[in-house]
Amino acid sequence: MRHVISLLIENESGALSRVSGLFSARGYNIESLTAAPTEDASLSRITIVTAGSDDIIEQITKQLNKLVDVVKVLDLSETAHIERELLLAKVCATGPAREEMKRLGDIFRARIIDVTEATYVIELTGNQAKLDAFIGAIDPALILETVRSGICGIARGDRVLKV
Amino acid sequence: MVLTGAEILIRCLQEEKVEYVFGYPGGAVLYLYDALFQQDDIRHILVRHEQAAIHAADGYARSTQKVGVALVTSGPGATNAVTGIATAYCDSIPLVVISGQTPTPTIGQDAFQEVDTVGITRPCTKHNFLVRDVKDLAITLKKAFYLAASGRPGPVLVDIPKDVSIARCEFNYPREIAMRSYNPVIQGNVGQIKKAMQVLRAAHRPLIYFGGGVILSNAANELTHLARLLGVPVINTLMGLGGYPASDRQYLGMPGMHGTYEANMAMHYSDVLLAVGARFDDRVIGNVDHFASATRKIIHIDIDPASISKRVKVDLPIVGNVRDVLIEMIHRFESRPSSGGESIAEWWTQIESWRARKCLDYKLSPELIKPQFVIQKLWEVTQGEAIVASDVGQHQMWAAQYYRFERPRRWLNSGGLGTMGVGLPYAMGAQLAHPEAQVACVTGEGSIQMNIQELSTCSQYRLPIKICLLNNRYLGMVRQWQQMFHGQRYSGSYMDSLPDFVKLAESYGHVGIRVDKPADVESALREAFTQHRNELVFLDFQIDRSENVYPMIQGGKGLTEMILSSEDL
Repeated sequence: MRHVISLLIENESGALSRVSGLFSARGYNIESLTAAPTEDASLSRITIVTAGSDDIIEQITKQLNKLVDVVKVLDLSETAHIERELLLAKVCATGPAREEMKRLGDIFRARIIDVTEATYVIELTGNQAKLDAFIGAIDPALILETVRSGICGIARGDRVLKV
Repeated sequence: MVLTGAEILIRCLQEEKVEYVFGYPGGAVLYLYDALFQQDDIRHILVRHEQAAIHAADGYARSTQKVGVALVTSGPGATNAVTGIATAYCDSIPLVVISGQTPTPTIGQDAFQEVDTVGITRPCTKHNFLVRDVKDLAITLKKAFYLAASGRPGPVLVDIPKDVSIARCEFNYPREIAMRSYNPVIQGNVGQIKKAMQVLRAAHRPLIYFGGGVILSNAANELTHLARLLGVPVINTLMGLGGYPASDRQYLGMPGMHGTYEANMAMHYSDVLLAVGARFDDRVIGNVDHFASATRKIIHIDIDPASISKRVKVDLPIVGNVRDVLIEMIHRFESRPSSGGESIAEWWTQIESWRARKCLDYKLSPELIKPQFVIQKLWEVTQGEAIVASDVGQHQMWAAQYYRFERPRRWLNSGGLGTMGVGLPYAMGAQLAHPEAQVACVTGEGSIQMNIQELSTCSQYRLPIKICLLNNRYLGMVRQWQQMFHGQRYSGSYMDSLPDFVKLAESYGHVGIRVDKPADVESALREAFTQHRNELVFLDFQIDRSENVYPMIQGGKGLTEMILSSEDL
């Protein structure tokens, strides 16, 4: 089962490697991992997308909690939540593809944020499935480069992950 | 008061009442050593290899419950320390390891004797720190001692760059420390404890299985008290030896790969298993699926939630400090005692029939010294009161099986990591902590040579350790597996070109005694512990080369699938 785990960790050097090292040392799967400081600069928030049986996910959350720098852990998958990922795609925009890319972007509510005579850079946010669908809809020959941020997640409603 | 980083370190160690620092100097720690030189409260013990510094600090911690402290230099000093740190980590031993680092401006530039110590030790420490600013030094050391000793204990490393050790700042040692990210649970959940007591009272085949957590939380008395109130059988892991008196009728010995027949059978067939500070290690329960094939309710008390339901699904978890939880259980039992005795009478009958197989009996030989016999004589001569530091291998298992530990913190060994070479430095740490105690190092000719240089440290500090070498000229445990499971192809397990250990010991200024005949075992031990009471004695027992450790559960097999003697092969 796929799980999205969010955690707050002391924003110290090496904090990220404690988390990633735990996953590699114990053989846990990481599908994506994002990290950035929060509005409180002393804390970083990390979102990890992982997969495993219930037993493994239980161990992952326990082992994360055991890391001395980790302040809080929340398995977002246990609750109603929102996931978003950012995609930047550099595509060919010449000939008929120039208009086609624009139309496709509109359908997915993407934005073109850089334009040259031959290329667009398209920005798209959404859940993983939407980003996958967008990439799937483009002729692979037209894709020059893509970059994805990995998942950010937040719980719906009153539930907050905060110190 | 404005002090240098080096002076701050010393003041912090003094504030923490550190008696001994085990270490080895080098370029990056010169200022630290200079500050150490200029005070008298803390004694520095100069080892001969950094691995031994960590093991000695570890042996000190195991035998006292205090935090062990070691000091090593950067680069090779730190990498030599890694095995020691990992050993302590696997057995949850509280250590603070101070490592020197190259000056901060040189970090990342491949400076002389630079390694990423914090990176290398990250997976084998409870936590570690690189101190980049002298202003952070005192608080970091306070955190290090707090983290090492609290919760599930473990080693904490503090890496101090050379420029930080000479930089100056105002010194203030914090009295208290609070970390928002670290709050170990101490008291167990009362609801869970109540449920556990109900389950235990209703059990027909209850069993207490405990491990190193009982030793670490100083709960031997509470565990013994609870076991006697309940009248149930008790088994313990290698790390738990001494947590329950071995002479007691309720004690069945150690379960697992080289556990007793009665302990393994009881573990398998119990209907309620109270696991206390133990972690269902692969060497204890054998094959997980086989273990799960018998149904039983498992209650698990542990301070580390991650140890619960890790290998074996637990029905009733109780997260908390073992001692606090046991006190609460005793209190609840005493306020509403139940007879319980009759309902488990049948279980005891069954257990006594298992015990009657006398699985630890062995045949004495008039010509060949049996290793089990040496350990039994060691027990007799020391009246069961010695601190026994063991190395890793067959001798370790014989010591665990035949030295009947009555009290905690008398048995020091590397249970989790299985580090050969720990024995002598463990004995050093224990002897320094307990100058009057009889300290024996039970070892093999493979293990002792992994830290034999420490014989020099022992002469420098006049440590009257008694080394009992069970010498079979084989890496015995490897040889035993090769004999049983690898077609008797003794690949790399033969020990050729051994030194004359008697002369070797003498060359370091110690006493060496070689023992070839069973009839001389006891007299040699008596001579060592009486006549040479104040000297290190190296006893080289030439034992039966073919002796194996029994009972044995082959890797991947279940608890009931024991090999009880060579006749079962």
